[in-house]
Amino acid sequence: MNEPIFREAYGRIVATLIRLTGDWSLAEDCAMDAVEAALERWPRDGTPANPGGWLMTAARNRAIDQLRRAALADRKLRDLSLLQDLEPAPAGDDRLRLIFTCCHPALAMESRVALTLRTVIGVSTAEIARLFLVGESAMTRRLSRAKAKISQARIPYRVPSGPALAERLPSVLAVLYLLFTRGYDGEPELAEEAIRLARLLPPEPEVNALVALCLLQHSRRATRQDEAGDLVTLEHQDRSGWDHAAIAEAVGLLAGTPVTGPYAIQAHIAACHATAPDFASTDWPTLAAWYDQLARVHPSPVVEVNRAVAHGYAYGPAAGLELLAAVQDAVAGYAPALAARAELTERAGDPAAAAGLFRQAAEVATSDAERRALLKRSGAMHMS
Amino acid sequence: MKYMMFVCTDTEPETELEAPDIHKWVAENDANGRRVLGNQLVSPSAATTVRVRGGELLLTDGPFAETKEVIVGFDILECADLDEAIEVARAHPMSWAGRVELRPFHGE
Repeated sequence: MNEPIFREAYGRIVATLIRLTGDWSLAEDCAMDAVEAALERWPRDGTPANPGGWLMTAARNRAIDQLRRAALADRKLRDLSLLQDLEPAPAGDDRLRLIFTCCHPALAMESRVALTLRTVIGVSTAEIARLFLVGESAMTRRLSRAKAKISQARIPYRVPSGPALAERLPSVLAVLYLLFTRGYDGEPELAEEAIRLARLLPPEPEVNALVALCLLQHSRRATRQDEAGDLVTLEHQDRSGWDHAAIAEAVGLLAGTPVTGPYAIQAHIAACHATAPDFASTDWPTLAAWYDQLARVHPSPVVEVNRAVAHGYAYGPAAGLELLAAVQDAVAGYAPALAARAELTERAGDPAAAAGLFRQAAEVATSDAERRALLKRSGAMHMS
Repeated sequence: MKYMMFVCTDTEPETELEAPDIHKWVAENDANGRRVLGNQLVSPSAATTVRVRGGELLLTDGPFAETKEVIVGFDILECADLDEAIEVARAHPMSWAGRVELRPFHGE
């Protein structure tokens, strides 16, 4: 399943078979069987001219076999006749239907993400369980419950239209952004899948904004860690290693997109960084203004910390420290908040206090890479 | 597809905006066939809970669960799918002043 062609085909096949049979497990099994058959035969017989079509036909034949064998009950016979005049044309629509059904707000958020991973992208249940830090049997139960609810409560297999689309889109975008950030934290394939799926959605402003945001964040993937696996901060990343084609595409998308929600604001923030030739020439006042706007519509400790940092560069470290002090209680025990305070304190001319703050930040860091980076900062300043 | 809509109170009702009109809701959904049956229920203090254990009838004064949110009514809806049922439910004043729960009928 690591080949993009299989991941792409898997979601398409599952989506079409669900539309035709209404049977989620049958659809997943047949799609997986088709991929396995391809992995066995293509190296031997050569890759077919139309790999996607080959996989779809193999999966459909497999589904017909299974339905035929399943005792030919009335309902199944109807499914069989549907499968035989399977039209490959509306595959894109089927995948959209599948995404909107998996991300239906009547399902719990965690179920939406798990179901999207399993059904749209074809990630194994064991792998999803690992991502969610739960046991495989717990994840199997969660996925079965979600599928049972879809069928029992009759969640429709449909892309909403009219005002319903605007209502349902945020849930889809939230799931895709969560997939993206999981990918960002070390599963680059997931990040790419999230971008690919977002591109399938209707071109609403917030959809374009999410695509732009993901492209911008993903453009830095090659420079975020050094050889030792330690985090490299934005300031020290080698900007020639950024994906400038992705940045150009994102900036183009943003230019034609009105700012209607949090993804657009975050994308503009990311674009401010991505288009600066170097850290020092970042347009900090513009960045600070975007953070002010984000803090109004989508307040969170992370946003407040980044807002303080941006103001610190735009208007001096004292301005940043003042903003941090104002949200002190909300960000207590949060490593990036302590790191930001350390950074601003250092720039305000107090390296000893800054080193102590970096050490405190390292104590509450949530990942080893982050902890190492913070300890390095505290040590570096002691030596100088 | 039939859905039972339990109509409940809620400790955090909508207080700013005005809820839709119940008479309009009933008239509309009776006319379009989406409301099969429904009614208000009297206070749970008038409820009687019935159990049979070891063949013996056991009666309890009051509801089977003591909760802050109580069921004050029900409607049986006939809808094409959950999205349609949600549209009907959101227009009921008690989804503003309280909460409503949609439960599909078994084997529909």
